[in-house]
Amino acid sequence: MSLPSPAVAVPRWDRPNALTFILTVLALAFLVWSFSNVGLSWERMQRGFPALGSILDRMFPPDLERLPQILRSLLITFQMALVGCVLGLILAFPLAILAADGLSPHPVIKQLARGLIAFFRTVPDLVWALLFVIAVGLGPAAGVMAIMVDKIGFAGRFFAEAMEEVDKGPQEALAAIGATRSGLIFSAVVPQALPSFIATSLFSLEKAVRGSVILGLVGAGGIGVELKVAFDLFDYDTAATIIIAVFLLVVLVEQVSNRVRKRLL
Amino acid sequence: MALALALPDESLIEALTPALRIQGLRKAFGARTILDGLDLEVEPGTAVALIGANGAGKSTLLRMLVRLIEPDAGQMTLLGEAVTELAPGPLRTFRRRVGIVFQRHNLVGRLSALSNVLHGVQARKSGPRTWLQALAPAADRAEALACLAEVGLADRALQRADSLSGGQSQRVAIARMLMQRPEFILADEPDASLDPRSGEEIMDLLYRLAKDKGLTLIVISHRLEHTIRYSDRIVGLADGRITLDRPSRQADPRHLRQFFTGRDHEE
Repeated sequence: MSLPSPAVAVPRWDRPNALTFILTVLALAFLVWSFSNVGLSWERMQRGFPALGSILDRMFPPDLERLPQILRSLLITFQMALVGCVLGLILAFPLAILAADGLSPHPVIKQLARGLIAFFRTVPDLVWALLFVIAVGLGPAAGVMAIMVDKIGFAGRFFAEAMEEVDKGPQEALAAIGATRSGLIFSAVVPQALPSFIATSLFSLEKAVRGSVILGLVGAGGIGVELKVAFDLFDYDTAATIIIAVFLLVVLVEQVSNRVRKRLL
Repeated sequence: MALALALPDESLIEALTPALRIQGLRKAFGARTILDGLDLEVEPGTAVALIGANGAGKSTLLRMLVRLIEPDAGQMTLLGEAVTELAPGPLRTFRRRVGIVFQRHNLVGRLSALSNVLHGVQARKSGPRTWLQALAPAADRAEALACLAEVGLADRALQRADSLSGGQSQRVAIARMLMQRPEFILADEPDASLDPRSGEEIMDLLYRLAKDKGLTLIVISHRLEHTIRYSDRIVGLADGRITLDRPSRQADPRHLRQFFTGRDHEE
């Protein structure tokens, strides 16, 4: 008996059902509409690229006259990111315990903690910065608080996941001898989740340094304020110095972070 | 005064009271009956080997003794406590008196052997000074080191647990159990997943420690020779009941083998 040819017997594609087909068509239609709605046109791009070229032309050579002031602002930016990040990580840890499966003291508390983390994470840091500028006034303090809240959301989720994924054996062994909840967490869970905590903390710092530049644009202190002023005054060569300085800071932080990660993990 | 003289010595009462008494213990998982009215008494200081085919309910029985699994019916008295009656709080306190050695060592791989042993102190203490050997009070640290020395691993105290061999890891787990200062030891296949030599060393260590400290031991092993050599009494489980109970020295290996293969083993 001859077998049917596999090429004939096995269909190349699954036939989509009606709902999948309609949803696909609607998604494609939405994508096309989005392109037309955002005002992206060939003419605008043709006009835009030469203008961008002209700005770049005016940026070089960068003006180093205000370099000391720029470096001071850059330092403030980094310190803002560092302090905001550290505060966020410190607060994220207990919240992550309350949100983690198997560690949270009560299902209601777990849902509340998860809700809070999700809320902090989904609202962009720029929105937090706008709120804190109104609350505590212009300057780095608003930036620190915005970064802190953003990092509670970011690290809280990853800390909780890391603690949920550890081997449960050591916890069970300690639970069997009547260890307390804090004993289980700090003896069996945290040591196992530590590499993940460190990785998340370093990513948080990198993210905070990048984010802290933008926060300045809404008045939350740091180098962002300098950048906005330079652009507002068409002082493009100073803006170039600031952009390069920011670029070097971000690269430096990423490099150091990579090295620390490799060494510790 | 006269009344006091009439009472027997307290240590004599303790020696005569069984360390474990089980009456009519029942457990079923769905339609499948695992334990069907099991009765057992174990004298203090005895090493009992529990044998039975796979699924005979040995591990279930062991876990039920500290209510990691809840029985359906029956009474259990362990170390003078009516285990079946204990509320969650007293149950937690009671569990501190029972050392358990599992097949899996359940160590925290990233911590040193010494920190893992120190964790045993959490049976009677709590707080940051019980989390890591570096934070521990000198007395606890010394005790943890002494426990490691008892299992022959004092020279590996600061080695990370995940760099130890299977046999060494099981020794650290036993040292952690000693740190707990248990009054009763339950060991569920401590020699499984170890090579024959390491398995034998672990069984020898457990038996010797139990004898040296006068502790009651209930051990499950799937190795016949270990069962005979490292116990005083062999109890065989089949069809939810005890169908064999005799001193280890009088055990007939051919008869015992039936319990390991799951064939007919009524006495």
